[in-house]
This record gives sequence, structure tokens and C-alpha cells, in this order.
Amino acid sequence: MAERGARLLVADDNKVNRLLLGRTLELHGHRIASVENGRKALEMLQQAQASGQPFDLLLLDLEMPELDGFGVLQALAADVSLRDLPVIVTSSLEGVAQVARCIELGADDYLHKPVNPVLLKARVGSSLEKKRLRDQQKDMVRRFATAEVAQDLQQSGFALGGRRITGTVMFSDIRGFTALVERQSPEDTIELLNTYYTLMFEAISGQGGVVNQMVGDGLMAIFGAPLPLADHAAAAARAALEMQEMVALLNAERVAEGKVAIAIGIGIASGEMVAGYTGTQHRATYTCVGDTVNLAARLEAHTKAAGKPVLLDSAARAGLGAAFELEALGATVVAGKREPVEVWALSTGAPC
Amino acid sequence: MTDDHRIDRAAFAELQDNAGEDFVAELVGTFAEEAPALLSELRAALALGHAERFRRAAHSLKSNSNTFGVRSLAELARTLELGGLPADSAPLDVLDAEFAASLAALQRLAHEGSGG
Repeated sequence: MAERGARLLVADDNKVNRLLLGRTLELHGHRIASVENGRKALEMLQQAQASGQPFDLLLLDLEMPELDGFGVLQALAADVSLRDLPVIVTSSLEGVAQVARCIELGADDYLHKPVNPVLLKARVGSSLEKKRLRDQQKDMVRRFATAEVAQDLQQSGFALGGRRITGTVMFSDIRGFTALVERQSPEDTIELLNTYYTLMFEAISGQGGVVNQMVGDGLMAIFGAPLPLADHAAAAARAALEMQEMVALLNAERVAEGKVAIAIGIGIASGEMVAGYTGTQHRATYTCVGDTVNLAARLEAHTKAAGKPVLLDSAARAGLGAAFELEALGATVVAGKREPVEVWALSTGAPC
Repeated sequence: MTDDHRIDRAAFAELQDNAGEDFVAELVGTFAEEAPALLSELRAALALGHAERFRRAAHSLKSNSNTFGVRSLAELARTLELGGLPADSAPLDVLDAEFAASLAALQRLAHEGSGG
């Protein structure tokens, strides 16, 4: 939402203050609703959220009957759908302690009454701009996460930095992609990639995984972060089988159109890793780092030499139930690893 | 008799500039309707010995007085807000009188601009 024409809620028990703030904000081009206590403010915010026309910002007085401004800030912080709503506190309470408490409780800003209209315009504009950036980030996350995962990200916030998790990482690549690109038109390549990614995303998010990186024809997916997943290894294995099926279907179409069939290689590894946001405040990506991640990438690279489309490490294999057919390839030296690792091939029925 | 000293003319003119003269005239009307309830709240809170209610009412009155630039009324209200419950109602009698005079001055000022 742009700075102008935003939807704002004014909560103030004093009618003169309420009318004047509303008027000032209307003159700045915003649409205003107002309420006279904190309880009504919460009700109105929740209703607006539920009806799909949420407020963009709340101007909040502190001393109000029924529920005061501090109570509103606490309730907002505890409400997943409202915790990102920018709040500007307007009060004539004296003393810096009140200001500090509001900021601690999550208020964006604090304006003393009587509110200076120029300052009000600047602060409202800045809060709305920050909200716009946050909304953009959320949209970006939704593009590579299921709704469930996106909501979890919203809850845990966008703090940069990692935490230790146990999960499964998958790397996938189109075999011989460079040669393929040379044989077809750029338009055909883009079309192939779009179709390929759509199918792979479908298979991965359908199993609770999150695609967090796409580079050329390769992708990285995480199972078990940011949302814990009880059977992360099995989920990754199911996704791998589905991906192979999807590629088989895609190939049937491609061959019918006289195009070359493609093949993908998938590497899967389970274990502890550090997951979190990396990047800047405005552009961040969710990712995992650690030995497990490196191993999954190495296994994916090893699929070609092994002649098997899906390879797993022993930890991932240990996390699978009896429902999967596996072939032990034994201790294998993979590029980038000094010690040989136990490698398992997942039977897919697909040609390699 | 002039009441001009009660009101910060620059602050009032700025309010009119920012919100519009007609709107400010309406807002003075709202203040005239709402403020008597704050004044009675002060008396009720004093009678009940309810310091928090007393402080809140004084706080609201101060806030509104500042909005209109009524400095003398704002200062009286602020003294009551920060001073705790007074010993008797004498300060409230002073406040009532100051409010009546301030409101009259405000109403004159508000209609000067639009009425000519």
C-alpha cells in the first residue's frame, strides 16, 4: 500500500483528539476509522483482518477505558495476524519511561500530544513504508513456501541469524542441462525451466518441503525447517519419487513434441544444520548451512557417476520406513569428502 | 475586556491552517460539549477520593487545552494532573472559572476567522 490512501484506525477516548487526528490524517489522503477505547480497537482490527480489508496502521492513545494502550500493544503482539500492524502511540503522558515501555511492547513510534501535523505525516509515511517492505518480504517468502510455512515464518519473524535444527536437505539438478541449452532456443529453455520448476515445487511443497534456492536448473529444498517435520527424511524421499514421476510425465509430452527427454539427479542427506535468514533486512533468503547440506549437494553430483537418479546418506536412509526400496552402494568416495560415506540409492523405476 | 492573553494566538492560527477554520470551529463546539463532563469528573473523583480518576480527567483537559493553545487552562489542569488530590474543591472553582472564560475566548476567536 502506498503512503497515500492507506486505511488507518485512530483509538482515543477523547473526542476532540479523535476528531482532530482523524481530520489531519484525512487531509493527508488516508481513510480513517476511529474508536474510543482499546477493546473496540482490537475488535475492529480483527474484524477488518477477517474480512480481507485489514488496516494499514493504528494510532493509539495510552490512557483509555476498558483496555488501555499498553493492553492493546500486548494483545497485538500475541495475535499472529496482527503482530505486524504498525502502531504509532500518541499521548500527552509526560516522562520518557512511557515512551520506552511502548517501544518495548512493539510500537513503531511515539508522538506527543498535541500532535504536530508535519511530524505526524512523516512518521505515518515512514511506518507505512516499512510495512510495505515487510509485506513485500512476506510475498517473496510465499513464493517458495507453503502457506503453512509462510505463516510460521511470519510468527518467527524476519530476524537474520540461525538456529540449530534437525532436518533433511535435498539438491536436484537437470542432467546435461548445458548441452541441452545449446541444442534448443532460449525461449524453449525458459519454457522448460518454468514447467520443470512448477512441477518440482508442487512435489516438494506437497510433502512439506521448502524450496529455498534456485540456480539455473538446480534447486535446494529443506524438509524440517522452518517448521519441524516429524518424518523429514521420508517426506524428502516421497518428494524425490514424485519428482521423478513428474519428469517422466513431462518427458512423455516432450517426446511427443519431438523434443529431447530430460533426466534429473537428486541428493538427499539428513542431520543437524543451522537454519535461518541470511541477507539484509530488506532482502533475505531462508537457508541452511552445515555438513549435511554439503553432503546432499555432493550426493546429487554423484548421481551421474553412480548411475542412480536418487542418492541418500545413511542418516536419511535411517529416517525412512519400510515403505521404500533401497539399494546399498556401500562406502563411497564422493567429491569434496575426505572419508568415504555410506551411500544408498532409492529405487524409482525411472531410467537414469 | 480582552481574553486574548489566555490563548496562544500563533498556536490557534496554526491549528486553523492545518485543519481548516470551519473544522476548528466545529472542534471548539465539541470541546464545549465534552469538557463539562471532565470538570464534573474532577469533582466526583475528589468527592470519592479517587486520585487516579482525578489525574486522568485533569490529563484529558490539559491535552485538549494544549490542542487549542489555551495555555492558562492547560497550566491549571497540568498542576492538578501532577499534584494529586487537592485538600478541597477551591482549585476546581478556579478551574471552572478559567474554563468558562477560555471557552468564550475560543469561541470568539473561532468565529472571527470564518465570520469576519
